[in-house]
Amino acid sequence: MSEQTNYALEIENLFVEYHVDKEVVHALNGISLKLKKGETVGLVGETGAGKTTTGLSILRLIPSPPGVVRGKILVKGEDISTLSEKQMETIRGNVVSMIFQDPMTSLNPTKTVNDQIAEVIRLHEKIGKKEAAVKAGDMLEMVGIPRDRGGEYPHQFSGGMKQRVVIAMALACSPEILIADEPTTALDVTIQAQVLDMIRELKKKYDMSMIMITHDLGIVAEICDTVAIVYAGSIVEYGTLEDIFNRTAHPYTVGLFGSLPNMDDRTQRLKPIQGLMPDPTNLPEGCPFSPRCPQATEECRTRKPALRNIGGEHVVACHLFKEG
Amino acid sequence: MLKYIAKRLLAMIPVILGVTLIVYLIMSLAPGDPARTILGELATEEQVNELREEMGLNDPIIVQYFRYIWNLLHGDLGRSYQSRIDVSTEIFSRFPNTIKLALAASLFSVILALPLGIIAAVKQNTFFDSFSMFVAIIGISCPTFWFGLILILVFAVNLKWFPVSGQVDNFRGMVLPALTLAFNSMAAMARVTRSSMLEVIRQDYIRTARAKGVSQRNVILQHAVPNAMIPTVTVIGLRIGGLLAGAVICETVFSWPGIGRLLVQSIQSRNTPVVLGCIIIFSICFSLVNLIVDILYAFIDPRIKSQYQ
Repeated sequence: MSEQTNYALEIENLFVEYHVDKEVVHALNGISLKLKKGETVGLVGETGAGKTTTGLSILRLIPSPPGVVRGKILVKGEDISTLSEKQMETIRGNVVSMIFQDPMTSLNPTKTVNDQIAEVIRLHEKIGKKEAAVKAGDMLEMVGIPRDRGGEYPHQFSGGMKQRVVIAMALACSPEILIADEPTTALDVTIQAQVLDMIRELKKKYDMSMIMITHDLGIVAEICDTVAIVYAGSIVEYGTLEDIFNRTAHPYTVGLFGSLPNMDDRTQRLKPIQGLMPDPTNLPEGCPFSPRCPQATEECRTRKPALRNIGGEHVVACHLFKEG
Repeated sequence: MLKYIAKRLLAMIPVILGVTLIVYLIMSLAPGDPARTILGELATEEQVNELREEMGLNDPIIVQYFRYIWNLLHGDLGRSYQSRIDVSTEIFSRFPNTIKLALAASLFSVILALPLGIIAAVKQNTFFDSFSMFVAIIGISCPTFWFGLILILVFAVNLKWFPVSGQVDNFRGMVLPALTLAFNSMAAMARVTRSSMLEVIRQDYIRTARAKGVSQRNVILQHAVPNAMIPTVTVIGLRIGGLLAGAVICETVFSWPGIGRLLVQSIQSRNTPVVLGCIIIFSICFSLVNLIVDILYAFIDPRIKSQYQ
């Protein structure tokens, strides 16, 4: 490693654009994020906010063309844009692993589950075929699947089981950074709780740093240490779990909480955020949230707010708040 | 699995009976008189009638057909009207030649088509992609007889690299006929390979494989290709079946002594037993190739295997 650092991952001013048919899709617009070792950061936002794109950028898996990536991503202090494709392959699945959103389509239908887990082990550890198969069996047991089911194919498993397999695969080489992209979205609620518990325990066991990508504030409250709220490819608010939940600042974050049902008063109506996320090919000039913001001023519509610190680690990109 | 294969083999029987019925009816509807053809223009009406009686041609068609089927069930394909030898002898002396040609052509087309289709998909929208699809379009649109003649003209007549007509027992003599036969099916296979590869490389599990650290090359070869093989193998199977039938034109162009040419000659001389024999062989081959393809599916895709009970 080039330098010692306290951060497992640092993202600086990351831009991702897709150039499609003369249009430019601005998927990420200058995201900066730091992930301390052992910490879990939640990346929260609506569909299309750029959460998955952020995850894929860290693995350098943005398809290019049409994708164009600018900015800096440091994994354990090392800039991944300077690495060769071969070096990148030793990082993927080994140092940085990703759990993908849809377990139904994330597994190869023509390979047995055991083979798919053993494959990642053999890629990164110098061990034989047999040992890798045994270790893959261990991983299956760890996620609660009997090892003798390893010879079966993905279509013989239920959705929750498949997600467990995907998790086993991601953790097989004990990565230092785990990117969990909506790991429970495709699962039903009872299974969600099980899978979350498992992820939390395994994270502790392997002492991983984690990025939890989700749109579910309940999951955030359960698992994350810090939270980044993403809107239209930018972070609009960042802070500790307490900052975000108890000292909610950005109108968008306020809106997100307003859209949650209140368990104490079930007769209360939900307060959805009006409107839709702006078209990423045609972002508004000022604050991207201004068209939907109930408190937007003239300044919001013309000038994009920079992130400003409003106490401790709590930062917010909104003209309503002043530095301090 | 064995039960499945047995079932499929049994299902071939009605198919082949149906094929014989249709061909028998068509042959008997066609103008001309086999007895007259055999005896020639100079024979008297009496002689022709005598022969018709002897060959059973005066019976109703349905009676003739059932007599044919009865003999067929006893393994008797009848005799050639012309050479008077057993049809089975006549066919099986030529059948190996057709198989040889078809196998060589299948080999050529698969070996050329798979890499062409795979690389075209991986390098989509590049020069290589356009080029290989251009070749494929030509392959699909250009008629076999014409392509065969061009190959003869260029490589046999002008460059003298290969003999003008096909030669069964040496490799050089097989190259041109096999290439001619292969070109068309190669084009179809390449196109299907490309499109199914394009579909597969956009799948989530390909991204998963890349995220595991699998190299681009192995992602394509070990993850994408096996999944793209189902549609490709279907087309390969159909085409190999078709290669046997396609041999009809190719064998004629290269005067290749196979059953394709035998079939054409027999149709021209209204030699019904030989025509029927050839068609039966073709349909058996076609059905068998399809069965093999269906069995291959099970090895490619475990989801299909579990359905074969």
